[in-house]
Amino acid sequence: MNRILATARTEFRIALRNRWVAIAIGLMALFALVLSAAGSAPTGGLGVDRLSVTVASLTSLAVYLVPLVALLMSFDAIAGEVERGTLPLLLTYPGGRVEILIGKLVAHLAVLTLAVVAGYGLAGVAALRADPAAAAGLPALFRLTWTSVLLGATFLGVGYALSSLARRPSGAAGLAMGFWLGAVVLYDLGLLAAVVADDGGWFTTDLFPLALLANPADAFRLFNLAASEASAAAAGVAGAASSVPLWQSALSVFVWPLLALAAATAALRKVTP
Amino acid sequence: MTSTLKISELTKTFAGIRALDAVSLTVEPGSRVALLGHNGAGKSTMMKIILGLLPFDAGTVEVCGAAPGSAQARKQVAYLPENTAFHPALTGEEQIGQYLALRGEDPAKARDLLDRVGLHDAARRRIGTYSKGMRQRVGLAQALIGKPKLLVLDEPTSGLDPVSRRDFYALLDGLAAQGAAILLSSHALTEVEARTDRIVILSNGRMVATGTLADLRRTAALPVTMHVTAKNGYASEIADALPGAIRVGADLRLSCGQEEKLGMLARVAGLRDKLADIEVVPPSLEDIYSHFSRRDGQ
Ligand SMILES: Nc1ncnc2c1ncn2[C@@H]1O[C@H](COP(=O)(O)OP(=O)(O)OP(=O)(O)O)[C@@H](O)[C@H]1O
Ligand SMILES: [Mg+2]
Repeated sequence: MNRILATARTEFRIALRNRWVAIAIGLMALFALVLSAAGSAPTGGLGVDRLSVTVASLTSLAVYLVPLVALLMSFDAIAGEVERGTLPLLLTYPGGRVEILIGKLVAHLAVLTLAVVAGYGLAGVAALRADPAAAAGLPALFRLTWTSVLLGATFLGVGYALSSLARRPSGAAGLAMGFWLGAVVLYDLGLLAAVVADDGGWFTTDLFPLALLANPADAFRLFNLAASEASAAAAGVAGAASSVPLWQSALSVFVWPLLALAAATAALRKVTP
Repeated sequence: MTSTLKISELTKTFAGIRALDAVSLTVEPGSRVALLGHNGAGKSTMMKIILGLLPFDAGTVEVCGAAPGSAQARKQVAYLPENTAFHPALTGEEQIGQYLALRGEDPAKARDLLDRVGLHDAARRRIGTYSKGMRQRVGLAQALIGKPKLLVLDEPTSGLDPVSRRDFYALLDGLAAQGAAILLSSHALTEVEARTDRIVILSNGRMVATGTLADLRRTAALPVTMHVTAKNGYASEIADALPGAIRVGADLRLSCGQEEKLGMLARVAGLRDKLADIEVVPPSLEDIYSHFSRRDGQ
């Protein structure tokens, strides 16, 4: 436990000095403010409070941004140590390799949590000031916050796994960006194309919900929209999958971080410095 | 007493290159063993295997009674890699503090440790601003954490100035006196000669010699050289009396095997009225080292 905290403290310091803390917070705050400014127009017609609408648009934003920030923070975690030549010494210290990963995860997750809370907090304050009834959306905002942290944990774990597999920072960066593009952008496009081609057949009714649950980003979106009053405000993939029960998407949101950490541990165990 | 480190018939191959070939070695508590050998002889490879960083193909390795790299072994072994590196954004104090915490010690001891290796003033500066020798000292400081039973130091004095080298060996003497076993590699033969108990020479992955310096001197059986200086005017006379001597100005150089040394000295001493000076030069560690290292086809 002390070892994990020691690693986390060191990693947090490094993130602070590399400006990662400032960059992540700035990025999330900026996008959240832009979204709440842009989302201020269509409130009246939908019959839901302002904050719930903001949460719906924040969800669509978080699906792209949180995985991106998480991968950017994590792709260097192991490959960077290999390149600097700091890994061999670290591996001769007591404690398992999984402890190194958990320590890094705790630190990076703290940075991500700060960024998410700062961004969503700003958006929440903006909504509450414009519409007193927006307090009704607070539970949705809270849910979005913790699921965003879990989504971040999943992609941090994936980042560590890719970092261990690549062993060189440049290769790890390429893998991370490829993974982001595939999991967050292309996956949905592919599903959409398949749904359109299938035209209401077996794929759309049986396989499509499973395919959404199998992708951590889609499960995150599904869970937040299904649980929120504002699902009407969201378009696209989620609308077609309203049949997925809440517990299934919640399970996916909780299980993915563990799977990602297990994959990262397995990949790090294979590294011989 | 049981050995801290036991290696027998250790073999390691990298894609066709025999990095280590049936090497056997034991290191007792309190002894300082120097690992010598040409570039690529296999020194670093052997150390990484002892630490469990590299797998090996054949043989057995036992570190403090446990398997290399096991949790029990890691608790008792300290390592200094050959190219010590640290995160440039951390200060020396923060870095050592982390290593202390990883070994379950109080991070506040970092200042003390850095003082011991002479890094007092730079402790609060980022490692990115350190010179090579200063980084090497951070590496030494982390190897002193806790009470390691075995220290594996890969070229620990590279980058250190002469005074720091002496301080470093004084530190090692203290650790060895407390019962730590020390295995270090080096290319600086003179310091190894004075400061270690045993020498192991690797060549192309094979152990070609092991023992104290005196043992190696005996097995190498290199010739002893004598420099004889004649009194004015006696040079030719002495040259005639000592066949085989080579004249260098007023000096004569004689070379003989170890076992003929005493006879030769007696003969030279017989001429003592005509001699100004005599000097006996034993083979240096460099000569012995080249003898063993070259014997293997270099
Ligand atoms: N990861 C590796 N992959 C392939 N070959 C390797 C690897 N590591 C070491 N070798 C080879 O093993 C041999 C021994 O290397 P090693 O680093 O142990 O030498 P060394 O004795 O430490 O040399 P130096 O004095 O230069 O530090 C060399 O031929 C080297 O090329
Ligand atoms: Mg080496």
